[in-house]
Amino acid sequence: MNHSETTPGPLIQVQDLAKIYQFGEVEVHALRGVSLSIQRGEFVAIMGPSGSGKSTFMNILGFLDQPTHGQYFLEGMSGERLSRDELAEIRNRKIGFVFQGFNLLARTSALENVQLPMIYARTSTHQRRESAQKALSEVGLAGREHHHPTQLSGGEQQRVAIARALVNQPSIILADEPTGNLDSKTSVEIMTIFQRLNQDLGITVIMITHEPDIALYAKRDIHFRDGRVVEDRENLSPLIAKEGVAQV
Amino acid sequence: MTRFFASLQIALKALRTNKMRSALTMLGIVIGVGAVVAMVAVGSGAKQRIEEQIASMGSNLLMVDSGSSSSGGFRMGAGTTATLTVGDAKAIETEIPGVKYVAPSIRGAAQVVYGNQNWSTGIIGTSPEMIEIRGWALSSGRSFTEQELDGSAKVCVLGRTVADNLFGGMEPVGQIVRIKKIPFTVVGVLSPKGQTTWGQDQDDLIFVPLTTGQKQLFGQAFPGMVRNISVQARGPDEMKEVETQLNELLRQRHRIQPNQDDDFTVRNLTEMMSSREESANVMSVLLGAIASISLIVGGIGIMNIMLVSVTERTREIGIRIAVGAKGRDILLQFLIESLVLSLLGGILGISLGVAGTLVLTSLTKWPVLFSIKAILLAFVFSGSVGVFFGFYPARKASLLNPIEALRYE
Repeated sequence: MNHSETTPGPLIQVQDLAKIYQFGEVEVHALRGVSLSIQRGEFVAIMGPSGSGKSTFMNILGFLDQPTHGQYFLEGMSGERLSRDELAEIRNRKIGFVFQGFNLLARTSALENVQLPMIYARTSTHQRRESAQKALSEVGLAGREHHHPTQLSGGEQQRVAIARALVNQPSIILADEPTGNLDSKTSVEIMTIFQRLNQDLGITVIMITHEPDIALYAKRDIHFRDGRVVEDRENLSPLIAKEGVAQV
Repeated sequence: MTRFFASLQIALKALRTNKMRSALTMLGIVIGVGAVVAMVAVGSGAKQRIEEQIASMGSNLLMVDSGSSSSGGFRMGAGTTATLTVGDAKAIETEIPGVKYVAPSIRGAAQVVYGNQNWSTGIIGTSPEMIEIRGWALSSGRSFTEQELDGSAKVCVLGRTVADNLFGGMEPVGQIVRIKKIPFTVVGVLSPKGQTTWGQDQDDLIFVPLTTGQKQLFGQAFPGMVRNISVQARGPDEMKEVETQLNELLRQRHRIQPNQDDDFTVRNLTEMMSSREESANVMSVLLGAIASISLIVGGIGIMNIMLVSVTERTREIGIRIAVGAKGRDILLQFLIESLVLSLLGGILGISLGVAGTLVLTSLTKWPVLFSIKAILLAFVFSGSVGVFFGFYPARKASLLNPIEALRYE
């Protein structure tokens, strides 16, 4: 299963990205000119204190928000001048989201939760079940398809969310504090999954975290402060989460 | 189509999840539609009953009654003095062009005997035209003829009630009955007309030729006179003109001075009945309108719940939009939810309305009439209520900002 398509150039290209929020007369500069590029197959950790602009950056990368200035290309494609519905379609096909609070539909089985993006991709019912089944076993939840979120632990819920992010075979997975609500053992388990998706399936993972020890599992660290990138370095020897699980 | 079915599935699931709330919301529509169906059924039942009466009474009918008598300032009721004559009837027929049939009549009550059975009923002495004018049909035999009228033949035509009471299941035509001990040959039996609105049995009567009635039965009371003349105009347009000419002609024939009161009364029965029909119409429109208001209140209930539901499910909507739901998907999802509520409510409401009406009519004996058109209309109306009141909340949901919606607690 190869998720990345073979278009030339970097997967993500960001140029002089700025975002200004207007609260009445007050202007808040969430991003003040960010330029960077991310290649296929990278595993990037984005760090920074709250208010540093990292969430705004993620929202723009995820086509949930539009920049005030600057340009953003995903696979050479810009979200500029696209309608709400066209952005929804890009999100649906190219991007998988994982949130801190899991954001699963309540009173809905794991299997149905995973199927959600495929409903909006107009996938057939049969195909939906099959792909959802497969994505759930990918994250080690085979056999728990019919459990509801309340019947699952935090780690299991996050794994359902990852399966949901995975199911439409996106180009990138955007994870916003994916381990923020989890204990350290479960956090390492989630990192195991991300590393496997990244390594074995070649999926690009971009993850916001404020925990330095979680960032150690990524191959690249980008630090934000006051709306700017203050540090961008490669992590030459990322921790291997699989081994960490054994230790914890 | 896939979009529709996907949205339908989501909507049904959401409604199942909140069963109690869905049921209560639906109740508003159920009661609204039920009320509309029941009220329209009662209204059209009343209207139909009146229309039947108009038809059974005969159309374009003017009744001329002889005037009231007075003795010492004490005035008796209409018809207490016979002021109309057979001559008046003849004059009306020949001199007023808009007239189709004229039938003078006298009436009285008598006991009728057949074999060991007897029955007291009203006897109407009249001309054969009466049967035409009043729109009677004969279920067997024939009416009496002009010859029998001229010859004062002892023949009679029985109303259904009289025939049933005297003959049971037997065929009366050709049999002899005795009215005031005088033998009459039954020549025909009328088809039943049923009751009037005021509960009078229209089939409890016997027609005899006018001349026979005058000479043999009621001769002493009104010698040569008639009590009533029924006049049928050629059409509804001639009614007014005929009425005016009738008044003039009778005043002239009775030599009434311009400053004197009429010694007869002309009643336009069709007009009377039309006004009753008019009031029945107003009644059913009014009932329908009141019922519709409850349907609209039900719709507002749907809107209220849908707004609550949208707010409550802000995060869910955020998730859906984030993973790729378009505005239309969300709009459709909530619109279908309110549509399912209102249409399901509509179906239950129709059942409730029909059941309620049947209970009502079995208790009160009111006439009711279900019209498929009214039921379909109520169903379509409930659907429109769902779309109309569901649209605003659904649109609100579809326009949510996903970032804010995901942050919503």
